[in-house]
Amino acid sequence: MQGRIHSFETFGSVDGPGVRFVIFFQGCRLRCRYCHNPDSWKVDAGEVYEASAIVKKALRYQGYWGKEGGITVSGGEALLQLDFLTELFRLFKEQGVNTCLDTAAGPFDPKSDEYLERFDTLMQFTDLVMLDIKHIDTHMHKKITGFGNENILSCAKHLDAIGKDMWIRHVLVPGLTDDEASLSKLGEFVRTLSRVKRFELLPYHNFGMFKWQKLSIPYTLDGVVPPDEAALERAKKLCGIL
Amino acid sequence: MQTREQWRGFRGTHWLSDINVRDFIQNNYTAYDGDESFLEGPTDATSKLWNKLQDLQKQERAKSGVLDMETEVVSTLTAYGAGYLDKELEKVVGLQTDKPLKRAFMPFGGIKMAEEACQTYGYTPNPKFHKIFTEYHKTHNQGVFDAYTPEIRAARKNKIITGLPDTYGRGRIVGDYRRVALYGIDYLIAMKKADLANCGCGAMTDDIIRQREELADQIRALGDMKIMAQAYGFDISAPANNAREAVQWLYFGYLAAIKTQNGAAMSVGRVSTFLDIYIERDLKEGTLTEAEAQELIDQLVMKFRMVKFARIPSYNQLFSGDPVWATLEVAGLGQDGRHMVTKNDFRFLHTLENMGPSPEPNLTVLYSKRLTDAFRRYAAHISVVSSSIQYENDDVMRPVWGDDYSICCCVSATQTGKEMQFFGARANLAKAMLYAINGGVDEKTFVQVGPALRPITSEYLDYNELLAKYDVMLDWLAGLYVNVLNLIQYMHDKYYYEAAEMALIDTDVRRTFATGIAGFSHVVDSLSAVKYAKVKVIRNEQGVAVDFETEGDFPRYGNDDDRADEIAVKLLHTFLTKIKKHHTYRNSEPTTSILTITSNVVYGKATGSLPDGRKAGEPLSPGANPSYGAEQNGLLASLNSVAKLPYEYALDGISNTQTISPDALGHNVSERAANLVNVLDGYFSQGAHHLNVNVFGTEKLIDAMEHPEKPEYANFTIRVSGYAVKFIDLTREQQLDVIKRTCHKEM
Repeated sequence: MQGRIHSFETFGSVDGPGVRFVIFFQGCRLRCRYCHNPDSWKVDAGEVYEASAIVKKALRYQGYWGKEGGITVSGGEALLQLDFLTELFRLFKEQGVNTCLDTAAGPFDPKSDEYLERFDTLMQFTDLVMLDIKHIDTHMHKKITGFGNENILSCAKHLDAIGKDMWIRHVLVPGLTDDEASLSKLGEFVRTLSRVKRFELLPYHNFGMFKWQKLSIPYTLDGVVPPDEAALERAKKLCGIL
Repeated sequence: MQTREQWRGFRGTHWLSDINVRDFIQNNYTAYDGDESFLEGPTDATSKLWNKLQDLQKQERAKSGVLDMETEVVSTLTAYGAGYLDKELEKVVGLQTDKPLKRAFMPFGGIKMAEEACQTYGYTPNPKFHKIFTEYHKTHNQGVFDAYTPEIRAARKNKIITGLPDTYGRGRIVGDYRRVALYGIDYLIAMKKADLANCGCGAMTDDIIRQREELADQIRALGDMKIMAQAYGFDISAPANNAREAVQWLYFGYLAAIKTQNGAAMSVGRVSTFLDIYIERDLKEGTLTEAEAQELIDQLVMKFRMVKFARIPSYNQLFSGDPVWATLEVAGLGQDGRHMVTKNDFRFLHTLENMGPSPEPNLTVLYSKRLTDAFRRYAAHISVVSSSIQYENDDVMRPVWGDDYSICCCVSATQTGKEMQFFGARANLAKAMLYAINGGVDEKTFVQVGPALRPITSEYLDYNELLAKYDVMLDWLAGLYVNVLNLIQYMHDKYYYEAAEMALIDTDVRRTFATGIAGFSHVVDSLSAVKYAKVKVIRNEQGVAVDFETEGDFPRYGNDDDRADEIAVKLLHTFLTKIKKHHTYRNSEPTTSILTITSNVVYGKATGSLPDGRKAGEPLSPGANPSYGAEQNGLLASLNSVAKLPYEYALDGISNTQTISPDALGHNVSERAANLVNVLDGYFSQGAHHLNVNVFGTEKLIDAMEHPEKPEYANFTIRVSGYAVKFIDLTREQQLDVIKRTCHKEM
């Protein structure tokens, strides 16, 4: 089976537990205003790879993974290529490789039984889901990404229900995702989930800005300064991480 | 030899009947499986001394890098009386001269250089020395230049061979300084006298005559070591009686080396596990506490941080940051499978916490996945917080060198006390490729340096034609290189023999002949460009290729792409094979290395544009590192490429330096250390040889370059090819080069 790939990173150390080979899928429908990979948005771009070829490539790095590490599929939005992803993870599990999915769950469709069945098949081959919640409030979520968040929160609940380990991640953007009420509310929501192994706040950075310029897409967060240590600590307190 | 009070409690027999420090270690060391929780902080005395030394280092920096220089005394073992940093506080004593950080006058390598070093920093040596070392006595430098051929001079001047030790000590000889502590000088003298008595059957061939003269020199040096120690109130004729004496005796052995030789590399060797045996015995006997044990190691290390030589500007350009390669090893495994990590290995690494980061001694972890988790994590932790240590793969070195080898330069292994190395310089293989294209004409000076072969005249380079011509040019270069080194080593033995170091090495010594390669990654990528893309030659009016236009994409070394990496392996093998064809001085065993120290900047300046896209004058990539910007698949792909180079083809070392941004290594220090252990495990389990690890971001480097006066940068240490330097001691050019090198940072 074939899929569209944006790029690979052989040394991912903050993309799940331990050292990981990261496979960035091509294509995403969300339009997060702080996205650092806008070049991964277009769904018909990227390079086409056989799943088995990716496995072969990744296994060159197995010696670095130790007891904890493995592979992570990120994006783009990996769930846009659900069947390919499932095939890929199945092949990795055949080799005993730890698999981690980094997703914002945009394509998750809780209303379709057929979708849920396919999703649960993927989950059979997935060791950990890193779920990115862009905002707890659906209106704000729409303002940031162009879409509401109902299905994303449903995804979190669904993962909890089927007993899948997850990390919740939230990008802290000053003035956009860091108000007191939302952070407390996000913290409350996360506390209702029993399978959350880690809850991380990722400080906004603007390393991806040059890509926006290169693609001639207007960047709307000009002048937003990455949060400092104190702001991060404050946010962690509000979320109940500290 | 009868047993002695100083050896109470020690086990084993072989080491009693002969000089055999390895046997002593294997029979007596205590492997430590625990973690770092037993370690102690610095004592008051250590902290006071360290502050005092830092203050002197500050003054040294303010005086353009040299605090004081000798102008009246030629350095010998007995030239000075005692000198101290602070006599009351020092647990380990002994200075190269009479004052701390004062640089000795060492003319035997070359009087001109000794004088130039003084003059550079505003000192005038006594003119009588000029007369003595030109009219009455020859120096190594004079001998070498007397014998050089015009061809050698041209190769040297055009920098196709650079860094030749023809003006200073060749270095890279590690005396087994532990012998002084274990046996005492008198026994060592007795053994050398026995060797002298048994040297030759009476027929005076030149090798026997030379050997007898050298032995006499060694015996004299041993006697002088006793006199040197007496000035400090110590009698080292007998073995050391406790840990403090063992540390002191061993240091006197090393001090003898650095008082008499200004070699580019003056390694300490594998002393940690040896000293631990004495410390363990004292701890058991209740005569030493852990805090006192740490104090001894801290203060010994402080001495290694103080080693200085007078250098000339052209030397400093090659080897930037005032390095001496006081390389010192910890860890490794024994031939019986036990790991050799002792508490002392933790103590040595801990000096970087007790006294902060430092480039010297060049602390080297002999790494294996089979070392304990606790030790590997602690070492990685020290890397993450100090960027001051390097790793070398014990699993590839142990089969070749046994379990008692030392690192004699930056990364090269040598059997301790059994072996010496003839080292020198590097052949610039990138320049040689341009010579192949230009028919031996230098692309910078347009002088005929190499053989006048027919140049390549086609508009586009043809892979097979280039390979054939390059092969002939490498034949020429390898031959010339070996012959230059033969000549230099001959003169060094004759005029600047390392009597003190060789006195602490077996008389029946094994010799290796270590050559080196520069420009490695650029040759690989250039060959790949010619093979997989189209390379058009831009020639000047004289028809010399001065630039290249490359059309299309091609695989580059550093991406775990076999197409490029196979070229790399073949290149290394080809060069080694060519070196091995030639006779090497004193029947030494030829090896090669891919390590350039900081000389990659100087080599790059002298090298024209290359088909891989590197422009004329730009620095070459250091050591075996992939080229700047070539690595497109992240750190591990780069490491996999380097790991493909077989260590057997480069037994002198394959140096790789990588800088990882802290944020790309993990969220916090413990996560970073754990991830670094995984990186080391993965890299070395593929048979890779060496890794320098830096953990910092480019922002920090830029800030340190712009604001060197900030106190936090006074000791900011970074690893470069095979050693470490204080970043602020690099030239601006080299700082920019370090900043430009790929910093692995995930986007």
